[in-house]
Amino acid sequence: MTTPVLMLKDAALSLDGNAGRVDILHDITLTVRQGETLGLVGPSGSGKSSLLMLMGGLEQATDGTVAALGQDLTGMDEDALARFRRDAMGVVFQNFHLIPTMTALENVATPLELADHKDAFTRAAQELEAVGLSHRRDHYPAQLSGGEQQRVALARASAPRPQILLADEPTGNLDEANGAAIVDLLFGLRDRHGATLVLVTHSHSLAQKCDRVVRLRDGRIDQDATQEAAE
Amino acid sequence: MSLRLAGRMARRELRGGLQGFRVFLACLALGVAAIAAVGSVRSAIEAGLAQEGAALLGGDAELEFTYRFAEDHERAWMEDAALAVSEIVDFRSMAVTGQDDRSLTQIKAVDDAYPLIGTAILQPDIPLAQALAGADGLPGAVMDPMLINRLGLAIGDHFTLGTQAFVLTAALEYEPDGAADGFALGPRTLVRTKDLHSSGLLQPGTLFSTKYRLNLPDGTDLAAISATADLAFDGTGMRWTDARNGAPGIAEFVERLSAFLVLVGLSGLAVGGIGVSAAVRAYLTQKTDTIATLRTLGADRATIFQTYMIQIGSLSAIGIAAGIALGGVLPLILAPAIESRLPVPALFAIYPQPLAEAALYGLLTAFLFTLWPLARTEEVRAATLFRDALSTARSLPRPVYVLATGIGLALLITAAALFNGSTRLTLWTGAGITGALFLLALSAFAIRWLARRGAPLARGRPALRWALSAISGPREGAASVVLSLGLGLSVLAAVGQIDGTLRNAISGQLPDVAPSYFFVDIQKDQMPGFSERLEIDPAVSRIESAPMLRGIITQINGQPASTVAGDHWVLEGDRGVTYSAQPPGNTKVTAGEWWPEDYTGPPQVSFSTEEALEMGLNLGDQLTVNILGRDITAELTSLREVDFSTAGMGFVMSMNPSALAGAPHSFIATVYAEEQAEAAILRDLAGQFPNITAIRVRDAIDRVSGLLEGLAAATSYGAGISLLTGFLVLIGAAAAGEPARRYEAAILKTLGADRRRILLSFALRAILLGAAAGCVALLTGILGGWAVATYIFETGFTVIWPSALIIVATGIVVTLGAGLIFAIRPLSVRPARILRASD
Repeated sequence: MTTPVLMLKDAALSLDGNAGRVDILHDITLTVRQGETLGLVGPSGSGKSSLLMLMGGLEQATDGTVAALGQDLTGMDEDALARFRRDAMGVVFQNFHLIPTMTALENVATPLELADHKDAFTRAAQELEAVGLSHRRDHYPAQLSGGEQQRVALARASAPRPQILLADEPTGNLDEANGAAIVDLLFGLRDRHGATLVLVTHSHSLAQKCDRVVRLRDGRIDQDATQEAAE
Repeated sequence: MSLRLAGRMARRELRGGLQGFRVFLACLALGVAAIAAVGSVRSAIEAGLAQEGAALLGGDAELEFTYRFAEDHERAWMEDAALAVSEIVDFRSMAVTGQDDRSLTQIKAVDDAYPLIGTAILQPDIPLAQALAGADGLPGAVMDPMLINRLGLAIGDHFTLGTQAFVLTAALEYEPDGAADGFALGPRTLVRTKDLHSSGLLQPGTLFSTKYRLNLPDGTDLAAISATADLAFDGTGMRWTDARNGAPGIAEFVERLSAFLVLVGLSGLAVGGIGVSAAVRAYLTQKTDTIATLRTLGADRATIFQTYMIQIGSLSAIGIAAGIALGGVLPLILAPAIESRLPVPALFAIYPQPLAEAALYGLLTAFLFTLWPLARTEEVRAATLFRDALSTARSLPRPVYVLATGIGLALLITAAALFNGSTRLTLWTGAGITGALFLLALSAFAIRWLARRGAPLARGRPALRWALSAISGPREGAASVVLSLGLGLSVLAAVGQIDGTLRNAISGQLPDVAPSYFFVDIQKDQMPGFSERLEIDPAVSRIESAPMLRGIITQINGQPASTVAGDHWVLEGDRGVTYSAQPPGNTKVTAGEWWPEDYTGPPQVSFSTEEALEMGLNLGDQLTVNILGRDITAELTSLREVDFSTAGMGFVMSMNPSALAGAPHSFIATVYAEEQAEAAILRDLAGQFPNITAIRVRDAIDRVSGLLEGLAAATSYGAGISLLTGFLVLIGAAAAGEPARRYEAAILKTLGADRRRILLSFALRAILLGAAAGCVALLTGILGGWAVATYIFETGFTVIWPSALIIVATGIVVTLGAGLIFAIRPLSVRPARILRASD
C-alpha cells in the first residue's frame, strides 16, 4: 500500500449561495494509497460529502490541488473529468441515483457502454447476479425497494472495475439488515477487485471496518487515524 | 366537508402562484382567443352587411331575371311598388382593342337611374353620366383598371363590344354595388344598355341576366313586399333579394368560412387541451404528498376533488378571460388592416355573442381535459403518503367521471353544431379530432413499445439506447408530445393535403382533359361557319357544341321543388338546359329510354343520374322548368351519366327538341386544341363573330385558383394557431422535463459520459419523438384529407408529398428546438450540485 491514488494538497471549496459565499472545505491535505479503505466521518455539515465530491471530480476545488492516479483533476474540464471517472472511478450515493427511465440491467450497463465494452450487457448481467438481483434485471428503479436500488447502484459502480470506489453514506437510507448486506457487498467487491475505497458514513460500525478514518470538523481535517480493521 | 372548506384550502394552495401554469394559461387563452377573434370578425362583417345592405345591393330590393327582360306588366308592378326603378343587364362578352387585343369582361349595362344608391368613383374624377355619354361620337364606357392594363388601353382609346365601338372615358375605381355581384370570371366594363342595341350582343338566346333595383318608400315592410312579389311573379323565374341581406353570396361565404375557421380553432383548442391536461397532471403529481397528508388529516375524497377542482377552475377562468380579452380586442386593433382586405364593409366593435361562444368552448374544453386528471386525486390514499401513488392508480377514473366526460363532449359538439349551423361539418370535425386523438394515443403507446423493443438493438450505441430508454420509460412525456404536436401537425397536414388536392384537381389534373375554350352566345346561323373554321384546323382535336338555354326547376310533381329536394345545388338559381334528338355520342343512359328521334309529343327530360338520386327523382316524375319566364313541364323519361369534373360540357337536363324549339336560344361550344393554336383560334373566331364570347379555361382556372389561395391562406392561419399551441405544449413538456434531464445528465456525467454524448442523446430522443409525431400526423392528415376530398369535394385524392415531408420535417425541427432549449442548462450544471440537492 505505497502508491498514492488520491492526493489533495491545501484543497479548499467555497460555494456561492443565496446568502453569499460559503466556505465548505479549508486546507485539506490528504493522501489515499492504493488498496486502502478510508472512512470519512464527522458531524452533519462538516464537509464529508463535499470532500468525497472533490475526490471524484464532481466538484471543482476553488483552491489547492486534487490529483487522482497521478492526474491533476483541478485542471480538467467537465468532459475530461467525466472520461476520467469512466475509466477509473465508481461512485455510490446515499440516494442511489439510478436513472429512472432505465431498467436495472440498463443502469448497470451504462458505464460499460460508455467505456465501449463490447460485452457491456453480459457483464452487467453478471454484476447484477453478483449482488443477487438477476431476477430484477428488467425492473425500473421505481419498482425496486431501497435495498435493491442500492445493490443496483453498487453493481453499476463496480462493473467497470474502477481503481477508486467512492461511496457517499451508502447505507444512510437503508434499514439495518439491508445496510449490513450492502456493506458486505461493498467490502466484498473491494476485496475482489482490489480497489481503493473511500466512503462517507455516520455509522460508527461501518467506519470501524475501514483501514483508516479521517474525521472532519467545520471543513477541516480534525483527526486522521489508521486503525486495525475490525473484520 | 363543505365546498366552503374546499374553497379555503384551494385559496391556500394557490398562494404558491401560477408559475407551473404558464403553459396551461397560454394554451387555453390562445385557443379561446382564436375562436373569439374569428367570431368577432364574422360579427363585424355581418353588422357591416346588415347596415350597408341597401348600398351593397344598390337598392332596397332587387328582382332578377335570367335570360330575359321584364315584361311590361312586370315592369308596371315594380313602378307601382317603388319610388324609383333601375334596370341593369349583366353578361359576359369580349372587349377588343384596335390592336386586336381581346379580353373577357363582365359587362354591366345600366340605365340613367343607375346607381340608385351610392356613387361610382371614376378616375379621372368625373360623374358617371358624363363618362357614359361618351365622346368623339361614340358611346362611353368605364372599365376596371385591371382590364385597362390588360388591354393596354388609355383614356380616350376606342374598343369594341360585339360590333359596337366605345370610347374609354374613365377607370372604374369603385362600383357601389360591386360586392353584391359575387364571383365573376372577367373584370367589369360599365356601359349604357341603350348603347348596346347595335352591338349584336343581347340577341335572343344570349346568356344574360337582368336586375331591377327598387327604391322603396321609407318604412316599407321588406318581408311583406317580398311575399307579395313572390305571389305576383310566381312561375316567372324571378329571384328576389332585398336589403335585409344585400350581398347574400358574400354573407353566405363569410358564414361558411367562419364556421370552418371556428372548427379549425376548436382543433387548436383540443391541442391546447392536451397541454392543459399535462399541466394539471404535473401539478397534481407534485401535490401527491399534500393530498396524502390531507387524507391523513381526515379530508374525504369529495373535499380533495373539490379543492383541486376549484383551483383548476379558477385558473381556467383566468385563461378563458385572457383569451376573450385578446380575441375581442385583437380584431379592433387590426381593424384597418382587415378592412382593407375585405370586399365588404365591416363594423368592428366588441360583440358579446362570439365572445360568449368562445368562452363556452373554452369552458367545455377545460372541463373535458382536466376532469380525468382531477378525478385521479381521489386515488391518492393516506397510506401511500411516500409512495408513487399516482403512477399506480388505475387508468380509467370512476364511471361517473367517464359519463361526465361523455356529456361534456356531447355538449361541446352540440354547441358547435348550433353555433355554426352545420351539423354534418361539425360531426365530421368532431369525429376527425376524436379519431386523430385516439390514433395519436394509440401511436404514443406503440412508439413507447417500439422504443422498448428497439433499445436492446441499440446496445453499443449508448446515446441512441438512452434515447430509446427515455422514450419507453415511465417518466418521459412521449404521450404528451405525440398527442399535442401530433394533433397540431395533423390539422396542418390535413389542410395541406386538402388544399393540394383541390389545386391539383383544378389546375393539375384538369387541363389535361379540359377544353381550351368555352364559346358562348353562338347564334344558330353562326354555327356552320364556327364549326368550319375549327374542323379544318389540325391543332383542334375535338369540338363539342350544344344548344344552351337556362332554366330554373320550380316544381317537381306539382310540389314546390324545394319541398321535394331541399336545398340541393341544382335548385340554387338557374341551370343550363339543352335539347337533342339523339343521345350525344358518349352519353350513357343508365335508366329509362331516350325519346325517339322524331318525337314531338309532350315534353320529356333526361336527367343526370347522380343528381337525380340525390334529389330523390324517379322515372315518370313531372319536372316544371321555368325557361324565359315560361313554365315547361316535362316527364322524366331517362337518366344518364354526366361528368362535371372535366370542365367539359355537362348539362343536368336535356329535353326533346320540340319541347324547346320555340324558345330563343344560342349555342355553347367547347374546343379542345393545342395550346399554341389557342390564340389564333380566338383571333379568327372573335373577328368573324364579334358577338361570341370566349372563356379561356386556363384563365377561369387561374381565377378560381386565386380564390382558393385566399381560402387556403385563411385556413392555414387557423391551422398555424393549432401548431403554435402544439409548440407551446411542447415547450411546457420540455420545461417540465428539465429537472429530470438535469438529474439524468448529472448521473451520466458521474458515470463518465461527456457533454457531447449526453446532448446527442437528448437530441436523438427529440428527433425520434418529433419524427414519430410527424409521421402519425401525416397519416391522420392524409386520412382526413382523403375523407374530405372523397366525401365532401367528391374529387380524386393523391398524397401531396412536398406538404407531407414539410409536416414531418416540422415535427422534427419543432421537437428538436424545444428539446434543445431545455437541454442547455442541464448540461452546464456540475453533477454534485444536482445529486446532493436530491439527497
